[in-house]
Amino acid sequence: MDILNTLVLLANFVFVPAIAYGSQLALGALGVTLIYGILRFSNFAHGDTMAFGTMVTVLVTWLLQSWGVSLGPLPTALLALPFGIAVTAALVLWTDRVVYKFYRKQKAKPVILVIVSMGVMFVMNGLVRFIIGPDDQRFADGERFIIGARDFKKMTGLDEGLAIKTSQGLTVVTAVLVVAALFWFLNHTRTGKSMRAYSDNEDLALLSGINPERVVAVTWILVAALATVAGVLYGLDKSFKPFTYFQLLLPIFASAIVGGLGSPLGAIAGGFVIAFSEVTITYAWKKAAGYILPESLAPDGLLQLLAVDYKFAVSFVILVVVLLFKPTGLFKGKSV
Amino acid sequence: MNDTVKTTALFGLVAVLILGTGFFQSWNSALGILNMGLISAIMAMGVNLQWGFAGLFNVGIMGFVGLGGLATVLVSMPPVPAAWAAGGVNIWVALLVGALSLAAVILVRSRLPQGNLRAVVTWVLLIAGFAIYRSLFDPARDAIEKVNPALEGYLGGLGLPVLLAWPVGGLLAAGAAWIIGKTALGLRSDYLAIATLGIAEIIIAIMKNEDWLARGVKNVNGLPRPLPYEIDLQADPSFVEKAASFGLDPVTASTLYVKLGYSVLFTIVLLIILFLMQRSLHSPWGRMMRAIRDNEDAARAMGKNVTRRHLQIFILGSAICGLAGAMMTTLDGQLTPGTYQPLRYTFLIWVMVIVGGSGNNLGAVLGGFLIWFLWVQVEPFGRWLMELVTAGMEPGNALREHLLASAAHMRLLTMGLVMLVMLRFSPRGLLPEK
Repeated sequence: MDILNTLVLLANFVFVPAIAYGSQLALGALGVTLIYGILRFSNFAHGDTMAFGTMVTVLVTWLLQSWGVSLGPLPTALLALPFGIAVTAALVLWTDRVVYKFYRKQKAKPVILVIVSMGVMFVMNGLVRFIIGPDDQRFADGERFIIGARDFKKMTGLDEGLAIKTSQGLTVVTAVLVVAALFWFLNHTRTGKSMRAYSDNEDLALLSGINPERVVAVTWILVAALATVAGVLYGLDKSFKPFTYFQLLLPIFASAIVGGLGSPLGAIAGGFVIAFSEVTITYAWKKAAGYILPESLAPDGLLQLLAVDYKFAVSFVILVVVLLFKPTGLFKGKSV
Repeated sequence: MNDTVKTTALFGLVAVLILGTGFFQSWNSALGILNMGLISAIMAMGVNLQWGFAGLFNVGIMGFVGLGGLATVLVSMPPVPAAWAAGGVNIWVALLVGALSLAAVILVRSRLPQGNLRAVVTWVLLIAGFAIYRSLFDPARDAIEKVNPALEGYLGGLGLPVLLAWPVGGLLAAGAAWIIGKTALGLRSDYLAIATLGIAEIIIAIMKNEDWLARGVKNVNGLPRPLPYEIDLQADPSFVEKAASFGLDPVTASTLYVKLGYSVLFTIVLLIILFLMQRSLHSPWGRMMRAIRDNEDAARAMGKNVTRRHLQIFILGSAICGLAGAMMTTLDGQLTPGTYQPLRYTFLIWVMVIVGGSGNNLGAVLGGFLIWFLWVQVEPFGRWLMELVTAGMEPGNALREHLLASAAHMRLLTMGLVMLVMLRFSPRGLLPEK
């Protein structure tokens, strides 16, 4: 019984949150890694792209809610998501045309593009704050839990409860669908193949007649979709606050780099590595230890390795360790 | 237009803008802009040293500025004897144990051959070191934080003159930069960027959470000042008399006097740093740095130790940011870790450097003043603009209310636009590198 209780306890506080958070990070990191693979720079505006997409989705969700449209148990935000993606795609394509294209034509150094993306970050951040304000916004509706802690206890007769939020279940399902679709697109369609070719060797791809502008445009659309989905899922799971999205930049970059920049598979692995480390290191293990260890060995402290406020430190330390021992990341990424 | 004329004209413009603020708004806000402009100019010079001279991409400025602020508290606040008695020694012993176990791990990894033994020893040292560290640290921290938590609950500082905190802030930032540089400088430019971004967040997180050190988000107020207090001035009859001879009332005169005093102090620091930077830029060392920036491989082939030079300049630039951070906290008179935000303390400084002209010290100074002026004035200007736009709408209109309320967020938008326009049409800045 104790073993089962421990497992349920860990599932409730470690596995379920970490899997949901990891999926969100993985989606974010996929966007970063795609930009890096095709456009060859680290996009500092990614967090704010996520915030923008989420903001549009939130606004459309509110509109739908005011019309009384709903998806029953599922959050209305799912209906609004396509609009969010479309508007964000339009914005990033426009940004690419008025901002990034100039530097691409010039063949500017990647670091110049990074600085340019800082400017874009400012503008997008300002835009989001201007439209929706800097405060917390809640837009989740529908059923809150797939299974509540009390129901679980009643069902199994265990002391520990397991609660799975709808947003968590939804995150994992959506992430799996999106990632499957993305990989199918990259591996089985003509456009996807040309993207991979362009990423592997730009000159060779150009020689074989691939249209670079088309590849870049498709990349931005994919990135807009990934960023919006990641942002909306994160917002449903927690809440929407522009500044938090800006701060997500660090764990997202850590995921992409740990997995190997430019490698989609690596981005997913990296997302889960970062999420699981953050959650396990900031989790207080006292209760779990109390179940497994004999009474005499029961710990006095919380057995929490680091306070929750230091979760940035966790992603950062993992990042540094991976970079020191495996500079191209877990899955061989690019190293320009 | 030759360079000297252009430089003079642009600095003249800054003077006109600040004087204009004085005439049309108030001299208090003009001096406020001048003081923060001086500090921003120093920060921009630090970043310019790293980016303009050496091409190092540091987006962790916020962290170094924060460390400078921390130094101000640690140097100038009076010590709290009760807290030292409660656990002051133990907490430093704990930190020493932590540092020693890390040093032991590094030693083991460099001495022992690769293999299972090394891995086992590394893990044992790490886990044992961490366990001992926590067992010493936690009780000491709790004891310190229990000492008069409403006002103290921290170890306090050394009780030394606050001006001493400025160089100490630089040293503290330099120490942090040494650790970061040792690990991250070998990496590519974007990795260095992410690493510095992360370290800055960690430094601020430490300042927010380690209450025993500087009270965390409870803030340290009432830092000592290098200048007299307004109240004392107002009570001083000879000062009141002198103020009256200028036709000023004592309250205004005293605030202006204090702000002017800061301006003089900051200007002295700015001029010293500017002088040193100009000398180094035109010295063989400066030429070597630019050679490394422009072509690392060629410089390496000429026998220059690129990694060491990068580390050197990374430390120097960060130290300047730390110094500026200490000056800023002194000016504020309080340390508020909760207000450190990357957009304000890291990316805004970058806008200053880009707009001013990277690689040119005068450019960085100019950028510091201009962008700070813009940052302060965009808000009233935005409100005025929104009132103009919404003038035709009825009062109480939802859109009008929203636009008026959002005017404050015009800042970030404007900064981004300024930066993008500059990068596009004048990528070398207002005062380009010669």
